[in-house]
Amino acid sequence: MELKSNVPSGPMDQKWTKHKFDMKLVNPANKRKYSVIVVGSGLAGASAAASLAELGHNVKCFCYQDSPRRAHSIAAQGGINAAKNYQNDGDSVERLFYDTVKGGDFRAREANVHRLAEVSVNIIDQCVSQGVPFAREYGGLLANRSFGGAQVSRTFYARGQTGQQLLLGAYQALERQVGLGTVKMFARHEMQELVVVDGQARGIVVRDLETGAIESHASDAVILATGGYGTVFYLATYAKGCNTTAIWRAYKKGAAFANPCYTQIHPTCIPVTGHYQSKLTLMSESLRNDGRIWVPKMKGDQRPPNQIPDDERDYYLERKYPSFGNLAPRDVSSRAAKEVCDEGRGVGKSGLGVYLDFKDAIARLGEDKIRERYSNLFEMYERITDENPYKVPMRIYPAIHYTMGGLWVDYNLMSTVPGLFVAGEANFSDHGANRLGASALMQGLADGYFIIPYTIGNFFGSNKFAKVSTDHAAFKEAEANVAGRIKSLLSIKGTRSADTFHRELGKILWDYCGMARTEQSLTTALEKIPALREEFWHDLRVLGTGEEINQSLEKAGRVADFLELGELLCRDALERRESCGAHFREEFQDAEGEAKRDDENFCHVAAWEYNGEGKTPTRHVEPLEFESVHLQTRSYK
Amino acid sequence: MGGTGSDQTMNLTLNVWRQKNRRAEGEFVTYEAKDINPDMSFLEMLDVVNEHLISRGEEPIAFDHDCREGICGQCGIVINGSPHGPRGATTTCQLHMRSFHNGDVLTLEPWRANAFPVIKDLMVDRGAFDRIVAAGGFITAPTGNAPEANSVPVPKENADLAMDAAACIGCGACVAACPNASAMLFVAAKASHLNLLPQGQPERSRRVLGMVERMDGEGFGGCTNHGECEAACPKEISIKFIARMNRDHHKASLLRIFS
Amino acid sequence: MNAVAPAATPARSAPNRLSRLIGSTIGLKLVMAVTGVILSGFVLGHMAGNLKIFEGTEAMASYARLLRFEPALLWLVRLVLLASVVLHIVAWLQLFKRNQEARPKAYRQTTRKEADYASLTMRFSGPFLLLFIIYHLGHLTTGTFHPNFKELDPYHNLVTGLRVLPVAVFYLLAMAALALHLWHGVWSLFQTLGAAQSKQASFARGFATIFTLVVVLGFAAVPLSIMLGIVK
Repeated sequence: MELKSNVPSGPMDQKWTKHKFDMKLVNPANKRKYSVIVVGSGLAGASAAASLAELGHNVKCFCYQDSPRRAHSIAAQGGINAAKNYQNDGDSVERLFYDTVKGGDFRAREANVHRLAEVSVNIIDQCVSQGVPFAREYGGLLANRSFGGAQVSRTFYARGQTGQQLLLGAYQALERQVGLGTVKMFARHEMQELVVVDGQARGIVVRDLETGAIESHASDAVILATGGYGTVFYLATYAKGCNTTAIWRAYKKGAAFANPCYTQIHPTCIPVTGHYQSKLTLMSESLRNDGRIWVPKMKGDQRPPNQIPDDERDYYLERKYPSFGNLAPRDVSSRAAKEVCDEGRGVGKSGLGVYLDFKDAIARLGEDKIRERYSNLFEMYERITDENPYKVPMRIYPAIHYTMGGLWVDYNLMSTVPGLFVAGEANFSDHGANRLGASALMQGLADGYFIIPYTIGNFFGSNKFAKVSTDHAAFKEAEANVAGRIKSLLSIKGTRSADTFHRELGKILWDYCGMARTEQSLTTALEKIPALREEFWHDLRVLGTGEEINQSLEKAGRVADFLELGELLCRDALERRESCGAHFREEFQDAEGEAKRDDENFCHVAAWEYNGEGKTPTRHVEPLEFESVHLQTRSYK
Repeated sequence: MGGTGSDQTMNLTLNVWRQKNRRAEGEFVTYEAKDINPDMSFLEMLDVVNEHLISRGEEPIAFDHDCREGICGQCGIVINGSPHGPRGATTTCQLHMRSFHNGDVLTLEPWRANAFPVIKDLMVDRGAFDRIVAAGGFITAPTGNAPEANSVPVPKENADLAMDAAACIGCGACVAACPNASAMLFVAAKASHLNLLPQGQPERSRRVLGMVERMDGEGFGGCTNHGECEAACPKEISIKFIARMNRDHHKASLLRIFS
Repeated sequence: MNAVAPAATPARSAPNRLSRLIGSTIGLKLVMAVTGVILSGFVLGHMAGNLKIFEGTEAMASYARLLRFEPALLWLVRLVLLASVVLHIVAWLQLFKRNQEARPKAYRQTTRKEADYASLTMRFSGPFLLLFIIYHLGHLTTGTFHPNFKELDPYHNLVTGLRVLPVAVFYLLAMAALALHLWHGVWSLFQTLGAAQSKQASFARGFATIFTLVVVLGFAAVPLSIMLGIVK
């Protein structure tokens, strides 16, 4: 397997422009002859499907939810970055580029990041013209706020529902095409297999989640925009249905999986309350603009927070990172929270929590101003915890939130399987080892609106396509595989539900491959996961049949894939013998406990190639070169 | 552990609507929910009930859900006659068991409307909402045509009001709560969001006419101004938007008649 | 590809466009609201006229003559009112049918949070009022149901007619139904005509309350006064 990044030559700020000019075009009359399958209807999927249909392609779009509008992009709260420099505070494409490369701890491909920064400004224009109701100033112009990992205000937002509003914009564009008949939408359909014909991605096999029917769909290209795989940890801020199935099955058909160990842990989530917990809820990072994070200085201090005087509080982020303070990047803030809790200074009944306190902000700005900025977040917090954050500081703790890793793609967002494109969180491309806040929405929309519509046209224009129908043997084989797999899940007839396995897998990963990893913990995980997988295939209980709505069967299929992915994740974490971004290996830290990168040996992307059932996958390497931003130790002090 | 709810667990009786598929006749089946922690969400309580059912060899209760943080709009159960349960401004997934008492008997039903056929147990097909959006709930702005974002200022009041309407999560509780199973609040929220913005003006008339025509075609009832939709809406969307849409629809119809 | 939008394909002729308005649920509501405005205006005027009874026989008789001053005008008004009632009912029947079909399977349990007694009983107060109107026209306009009817002597007809206790009680019940119907109906027509208001605290709600009180108390004053012997 060869990892050819296909980054265009030329100066960094002209690569994309030049590349666009060099691309082959498809005559407008011929565009409808090319069909595209889009799996996933989040920001990346919906925007790609709508944009490709607008261009004239024949598009089919699939999602497992009951409507494309449910995709989990909808839950993003805080905002979307764009280098508009509306605040006159010195922002520019170059600075957004720089911040993102640095934020990713120098493990992202520079040219991709630069392109992302370039198109960020177009995204805002596009969304505004779709009617996304971004926050505005009294003069009618767009408002901005600041966000973690940046010293400029470049984040656009729609209250605490930015993801929802951006997704609805893309969804509306998608539905418009559905109404015009250019996109055929398949809700409640889950991708089960990628179909590769003559080395090229030519379709997918899906299961209709309502009837259980296994259906084949052929196309000239397939785009996976199926999101991240963080639910492998069970407890995460993801939606319950988020899964790795689409990208995992593609991996097993030859698409390399890059950097699976880069899993982001978000510092501000509501702490776990009990063993029955089914998911974790994020409190937007934007709260860190006004909230101050602290723990008691004294170990095991049981006093209520309001009775702990200021000089007995440790505002540890402000203390350790004076220039970024509470706005230190996510990986840094999360690790700092873990540290103080490990020292026994954590708060709440479980001791796994830190305070996020608005007392000073309320005193400075008034409760009304805070209410205007965050009311929906405060209400959500109160609903879940039954505590009033205007009076008592919030308790927060880090939780799995995003995966920077994903299917490896080249500059054109095409995977190692020709014709298989990957967009949004499902690919690995732009965030390196750590994603900055408000950058995921930016990347999803950049990929869907402004990158894939060009690069896929180039792919169509520069390749010949033999006619492939769903009668092809490859489709029949894939259908048989899917049916066989469902049959085997149903016929185990053991004693344990899929959820119990999922929970157990999540705990293994969180304990041994979570915020801090060691050679030993990873080795342990690599023993435990295969054993659990073995048990899964012997003791799983799925009731009902495959010919109906069967939510247990859906879960079982997803957990089966997670049990395989979990192992790859740990293997990748084991092989990356350095600390970088969200990947923190305890063996590799400096005297102050900060992550220590090893640029000499690990300044590369690790992409894994599947070698077949029971065989160890091969680790391939794409070296990273930094021409514009010079490698340096990341510091937020 | 966390939370301030009491550590005492509770036991509840659930009367749950079970229906095998679209065509099947459904019926209520009674289940016991035992040792429920008040800090659990309602759906976590159902998870616990389902785990018990699976261990007993009975098929678990099917219900729709995804994000479990009150924003995707996929969950929705009518609990004792109230869509999303007794607490205002909440989705089923954000409802916590501390809103109930030990010994409570709860009736769990799916959204009931002709336009939302039940597909299994507590799951319904809300595809009608997507079709209404496809009939005009958008601004035609093909990718790549957009002018500079700040070239059209939008008064903050309008932007805020548009955002109030745009907060709709499309869960369908308004339809479930309406005595007439009317979708007016959903349609009004989307039409108002777009009609309030300068970018939405060119398609203002065709939007409202198209969406209302589709809404009627899907078999939703008409609005009789009870206000139940507003009370059930997890995002507290006001029926003021219905009045706004009525006005837009009258104007657009008159324009159409006299043009 | 972008030229065609799916929204609202243009109707071919103006009558067709009109029927599309009337055929929509919002159009039907508009019919109910516009006829509701006419009928509300009428009950207000009718109530004001009724108060002439407190000025005595002659005032009442001259008011009756005034109304009959121009028969063509009188019949025009009567036709408009009749048409309003008919349209109000026809539109309601259409909506009622749709609303029934919109939920073929009822809930086992229903909890109402914002709907009130008035809004939930419109379907009963309406038909009851229709019954009352038919009786009332036969009672005091044509005299069909009046045992002691004198042409063009409204004072006499009113006093003798309402002295009968069951009749007076029926009139008062009808006023109660009218109160419920008006209170929801007047608020509702603001909403249907498009004046953005919230249900609980709004001008429309206040207006509906005051309007209902004025009309209903004014109407009820007549049978009550007759029953109590204030008007003889």
